[in-house]
Amino acid sequence: MPEEPLDPDVDLRDPVQQRELVRHHVSVLGVIALGGGLGALARYGLAQALPAETAGFPWATFWTNVAGCFLIGVLMVLVTEAWSAHRLVRPFLGVGILGGFTTFSTYAVEARNLLRPDTVPLAFAYLGGTLAAALLAVLLGHAITRKLVPVEVAV
Amino acid sequence: MTALLVFLGAAVGAPMRYLTDRAVQSRHQSLFPWGTFTVNLIGCVLLGGLAGAGTALPAAVYSLLGTGFCGALTTYSTFSYETVRLVERQSYFAAAANVVVSVAAGVGAAAFAYEAVHALAG
Repeated sequence: MPEEPLDPDVDLRDPVQQRELVRHHVSVLGVIALGGGLGALARYGLAQALPAETAGFPWATFWTNVAGCFLIGVLMVLVTEAWSAHRLVRPFLGVGILGGFTTFSTYAVEARNLLRPDTVPLAFAYLGGTLAAALLAVLLGHAITRKLVPVEVAV
Repeated sequence: MTALLVFLGAAVGAPMRYLTDRAVQSRHQSLFPWGTFTVNLIGCVLLGGLAGAGTALPAAVYSLLGTGFCGALTTYSTFSYETVRLVERQSYFAAAANVVVSVAAGVGAAAFAYEAVHALAG
């Protein structure tokens, strides 16, 4: 079974990913740009649907990041263990859509906004809660996909 | 219009993350995910600064650079996935360091940039 990479965006220890830009700059960067745009639109849509109250828990970003983490867990099992995925699948879905959908910068700025005397506990609950839920989501995505999808036997 | 700006900013931010990650990795052999750390930190500084500008910044610029570009430049899925993979490889120190350093540096950088720009924008 091929080992999953450490970095799902691109891991230069993997010789295939090391070479993936060679002769394919336009297609690889193009699907990442398209996926990133679509992922960000989905994040924006969710934020419009679940507007955060001032000094409230930022639920929209929380669910965006947790859902994206669950899906990267699913995707990486599929592309490295179960499918013989097309070379543009990981760049489009993983680097593009899920990378564009989830966000670290909004998480940090929202936490900063909550670091006021009356909401400091909420800031730490948001920081720690997102972190714990996101890591569990990756593990859950991994475990469910491994159980449901027959893994290709490496030859 | 706002949706288009978000899309365009992200269509630049996501490939920037990929290219920056590649460039950083080609200079570091360690297990610590320096590439993802770098893009997340840069995005936190930028978004902190944009947020600090407040109403001095047109809403359209915030949609393009903040929600679009910074949102897609930074990533939580890659950060979490790398942390889980480090734990699976029993690199517990790197996993813990990744979590603590990324969160502390990200929030610290966002707060610093916010205050600096807020003071300048008056």
